[in-house]
Amino acid sequence: MEIILQAGTLWWREISRFVRQKSRLSGGLLQPLVFWLLLGAGLKASFKPSGMPAGMNYAQYFYPGVIVMVLLFTAIFATISTVEDRREGFLQGVLVAPVSRVTVVLGQALGATTLALMQGIIFLILAPLAGIHLNLAAIGVAIAMMALIAFALTSMGLVIAWRIDSTQGFHAIMNLILLPIWILSGAFFPAEGAPAILAWTMRLNPLTYGMSALRQGLYLGEPGMMTMTRAPALEFSVAITVAFALAAFAAASWVARRSSTI
Amino acid sequence: MQAANPTAARTSERVSAPPAIEANALGFNYGERAALSDVTFSIAHGEIFGFLGPNGGGKTTLFKLLSTLVPIQMGRAVMLGHDLADDTIAVRRRLGVVFQHPSLDGKLTVAENLSHHGHLYGMRGRKLREDSAAALSRLGLGARSGDLVETLSGGLQRRVELAKSLLHKPELLLLDEPSTGLDPAARREFSNYLGHLRDRDGVTVVLTTHYLEEAERCDRIAILDGGRLVAMAPPGELKARVGGDVVVIRAAAPEALQHKLLQRLRLKSQFVDGTLRIERPRGHELVREVVEAFGPEIDSVSFGKPTLEDVFVHLTGHQFFAAPAAGEEA
Repeated sequence: MEIILQAGTLWWREISRFVRQKSRLSGGLLQPLVFWLLLGAGLKASFKPSGMPAGMNYAQYFYPGVIVMVLLFTAIFATISTVEDRREGFLQGVLVAPVSRVTVVLGQALGATTLALMQGIIFLILAPLAGIHLNLAAIGVAIAMMALIAFALTSMGLVIAWRIDSTQGFHAIMNLILLPIWILSGAFFPAEGAPAILAWTMRLNPLTYGMSALRQGLYLGEPGMMTMTRAPALEFSVAITVAFALAAFAAASWVARRSSTI
Repeated sequence: MQAANPTAARTSERVSAPPAIEANALGFNYGERAALSDVTFSIAHGEIFGFLGPNGGGKTTLFKLLSTLVPIQMGRAVMLGHDLADDTIAVRRRLGVVFQHPSLDGKLTVAENLSHHGHLYGMRGRKLREDSAAALSRLGLGARSGDLVETLSGGLQRRVELAKSLLHKPELLLLDEPSTGLDPAARREFSNYLGHLRDRDGVTVVLTTHYLEEAERCDRIAILDGGRLVAMAPPGELKARVGGDVVVIRAAAPEALQHKLLQRLRLKSQFVDGTLRIERPRGHELVREVVEAFGPEIDSVSFGKPTLEDVFVHLTGHQFFAAPAAGEEA
């Protein structure tokens, strides 16, 4: 019971902070939007990844990838504050309160997940503009997958944020690890047709399965697009994503527990 | 909160009561570097106890250990009857912590900050709202509860910080450099409030400081230098150890003068950071003697009753403020 109160209060703090910082909303949404418009439109004519069905254009292919990018960026923005917060901010007080580190990480992860999910849902409204017709099943699966992916990415962000001592360090790691994970998840191009070593990296990348499940969910209202990929089965993708989310959360809790650098 | 305060005498006599903190041979290393070695002390219930030392002396590390921010590496500490290493959560419930950098969320209001804090300590609902309002009004913050913390002045934020750390009614309050960033008047006011807290609620107060005046107002102080405890006693007693008055001579050629003092006046002096220091009773007579004998070679002579700074120099052989900061707090 006390755990719910404690994690809940940390969750709510993330939400109320966010609402009071308007710039974060635009940062998390506008950047991916610009990315999608520029890349999607620019690559539409010339770029046609192998494995894409005839009736599909690149903007349609890239759209689910941009949603994951929205989730990734929000997760990063929401977790990066941990770095300074625990040295000279609010988290100092949390760390000396009678709260287990797992509860702290849970509250943080749920808060950041909620924020990422809200932005993902806002972005979902643009699906028709991408030429993707959504039915109820598509929306349901997409939201569930977005929540899972957001939780996994947020937990990964926390693993880094609890280990790193400076925000500069966080940015370096983000560019080195988180962005490549996104690029190699099938967000940008499918594994089919990629050089073998890249294709294998993509198969080993846990985010690939979240990406694939989200994509399959979104295309539920567009049977034509479903034929496109020799993608892993939806059930398998969901199972891997759940495992990824749990593993990332366990890792974040473990890192927070043994972090004595504060 | 003065050293001569009867409470001070009372607390040092109350040896039979279990101590608020009992630390034995505490040590802490950052990698290879020892930040704290073999620190042993005991703090009584209801005592106002200060750890005094220059930056890099080990105060911050000791604060982190006692506030449960870092795990115990060496030695043992029992706080309010609970072992710090094994029973951390129980210690945390009864401990209030005031950080040097505010642990407030500037984007939240004063009341919201307190409410989050209360939830973390298992407080909720109407009881929490009432306790929170009471804590704020006791510190004269009643009218500010709806303000965003980032809009408050540094002094007010520090008061919110204190209100927050007292919300769950801790028995022991731990403060890291509480006067940093406060002007002298606010510093005195803060100090007085800690005194009230002890007298009215029986809260044990443990603080770290590098302000000599702040240390002066503690019942007892422990002096930390280079990660070691070099002395522990009431401030008055420490000053009495210096031995009379302190005469400090500045000269263009201090080494040569030190030699001459010894040869001609049989005066042993201590060479401390470019000055010559002599501790002895009836220092004013010494001033005349020295000036008459070596007037032309002397730039200035100062004479005074020993301060805590003199105690520090007496014990460590180097100046308080010139001591190299080992960068632990950097």
